[in-house]
Amino acid sequence: MDQLAWLPSHPDLGAAIGAARRLPDAAERLSAAIRLAGFRRDFTATGRIDRLAAEGLAGTGSATGGRPGGLTPLRLAILASHTVDHLVPAIRVSGLDRRVALSVHVAPYGMYRQALLGEDPALASFDPQLILLALDARDAPIDLPLDSTEEAVAAAVATRVEELRGLWRRAKARYGAQVVQQTLVPADPPVFGSFEGLVPAAPTAVIERLNTALRAAARQEGVLLLDLAWQAAHFGGAGALADPVRWHQAKQLVSPVAAPLYGDLVARIAAAVAGQSRKCLVLDLDNTLWGGVIGDDGLDGIKLGQGNATGEAFLAFQRYAAALGRRGIILAVCSKNNPEVAEEAFAKHPEMALRRGDIACFVANWNDKAGNLRHIAKTLNIGLDSLVFVDDNPAEREIVRRELPEVAVPEVPEDVAFYPEIVAAAGYFETVSFTADDVARGRSYALNAERAAALEQATDLQGYLRSLAMTMTAKPVGPAELPRVTQLINKTNQFNLTTRRYTEADTERFSKDPGTVMLSFRLRDRFGDNGLISVVIARPDAALAPNELLIDTWLMSCRVLGRQVEEATLGVVAGHAARKGAAALVGEYRPTAKNGMVAEHYAKLGFTPMPAPEGAEPGATFWRYELSAVQAPEHFIEVEAA
Amino acid sequence: MTESEIYAALTEVFQEVFDDDDIVLHPETKADDIPGWDSQAHVNLVVAAEMRFGIRFRTAELESLHDVGDFVKLIDSKLEAVGNG
Repeated sequence: MDQLAWLPSHPDLGAAIGAARRLPDAAERLSAAIRLAGFRRDFTATGRIDRLAAEGLAGTGSATGGRPGGLTPLRLAILASHTVDHLVPAIRVSGLDRRVALSVHVAPYGMYRQALLGEDPALASFDPQLILLALDARDAPIDLPLDSTEEAVAAAVATRVEELRGLWRRAKARYGAQVVQQTLVPADPPVFGSFEGLVPAAPTAVIERLNTALRAAARQEGVLLLDLAWQAAHFGGAGALADPVRWHQAKQLVSPVAAPLYGDLVARIAAAVAGQSRKCLVLDLDNTLWGGVIGDDGLDGIKLGQGNATGEAFLAFQRYAAALGRRGIILAVCSKNNPEVAEEAFAKHPEMALRRGDIACFVANWNDKAGNLRHIAKTLNIGLDSLVFVDDNPAEREIVRRELPEVAVPEVPEDVAFYPEIVAAAGYFETVSFTADDVARGRSYALNAERAAALEQATDLQGYLRSLAMTMTAKPVGPAELPRVTQLINKTNQFNLTTRRYTEADTERFSKDPGTVMLSFRLRDRFGDNGLISVVIARPDAALAPNELLIDTWLMSCRVLGRQVEEATLGVVAGHAARKGAAALVGEYRPTAKNGMVAEHYAKLGFTPMPAPEGAEPGATFWRYELSAVQAPEHFIEVEAA
Repeated sequence: MTESEIYAALTEVFQEVFDDDDIVLHPETKADDIPGWDSQAHVNLVVAAEMRFGIRFRTAELESLHDVGDFVKLIDSKLEAVGNG
């Protein structure tokens, strides 16, 4: 597969970059760069797009840099054992395509230990949010005699992993940064051939063992992986990623030719950390989920399932989509079809791997697809920039790209057999955590359709809310909740009062601070468990009185909007704050392009406006809630403390 | 490809790598003559030229590239060898 094969080709990218360079305004050049970053590009064009964006991105790294081009700023430090400078433009440009403005700091080549264990003033002043440890197999090699015992190899691997574990902890403690560890790509070819894996001390066997141990340690330490070893295996082996000539010439582990792919692998992790990963896979039906047109060919005429090659290829794509659903990606359907006919395939075709219950939002009509995609985003309460739309029809893809540039529309080949790998290769759904809540999510969205039906039947809202029989569980955030809480903090955009993003190191610090109230909330109702749906952090603040707590963070999943969760949450937070000796809560609202829905959140809950304290962000509003005087708001949710 | 065609194509490679449409190449043009032609840019040039002309330079050949004239001569000999001359 080509690098960046999911991106559409530009008819003349070089000329488009040339034209964009002549735009007078840096912000316009940045906008053009963001657009052009979304096309398939080699490393030279990628370098030119990087230069196009540079001026518009300048100053992004600083705290006051704002959000140039609507991108989320993020500071990434790379500590490498090989040359990476030639990869930085590709990292930044894929960042543009994935809506993060990356400032990148590269520590001096080969100095990763010194940078973390000693003093590195440049790194300290850069204040990284992400630290990528880009190591290679030639660095600190485990060089044992070939006839060493398995125990000796295991001991050497354990020693190396412990060293890295120490570095990770140091990076986390010292910089509060999320660490990303690159797995090791075998640098040299096997010496034994297929027998290699039977010799514990053979080079490739040692690297495989080391990578396995690294992954296990990373999971324990909350470290993310840039799994270059697996990527290399998928992308035509280490040979396609690495080039021995470039290694000897410039100590480049990754050849410049492969820079666009490497850059994208890094940028998609950064985007996931910044909460910019996609959430929903929207699927066309005819010739995407099955072969043929169901309206013409009928239920028995479509090609799907065992028995012929075409039918099996469509089934394989359905199975891949279903697997994404099981890991928490929301599935939706957007098809030009008669709705009854489209639904019939799900209800009656025996070979369907996707079930109607897997689809959170099912839209089949004769309207234009851009309008239908807007409707899907609105129904699911997610942004258009959370959608990935897969359609076999190039004309439909083109229209959606033009009408809705926020929606990701992968370029798919004509043969559906390649759909699973192209959707996988595009990395739209990169994540920083996986929890039981992710598994429950798809089901939860589907249940919302049933709740909506119940609401239509109910004669009044109060009766409906009572009939839901909701129970909320509030819990101080402990180690078990940290991954999911951090995930929610970083991906919630709409119901988010302050949109402060925190790494797991930050949330861990809050959870251990005795003066801070940090709570997670779950909600169950008669239809099922909604999972973890809200997080609140209330902490003392230097700009406030000692007996006041600032609501640093209040966010909620839009799945439970309109259910009085806010009212119930406030009651719990107020109780915890009072037990910490607080007399008042101070709410803060920091407007963004996406969180307009909560501008009046505190007013609705009975907070009173107050002047902004010193040092507050311009545009933020502040609200006060006396813990003694105010009557707690009413709601129909039973609250249990865990 | 004639020598002047190679010069024209290589000029485009240089213009794209350095993002500078004003670059004009002469046989004696050296790294010192073009702002930004450092060791990293040199690798970029080599790779961009390989992709443009569909050739590969050998490790040993890379060490003999001192000016644009060397580049052109080497590209010419490679294209001859693969029958594109």
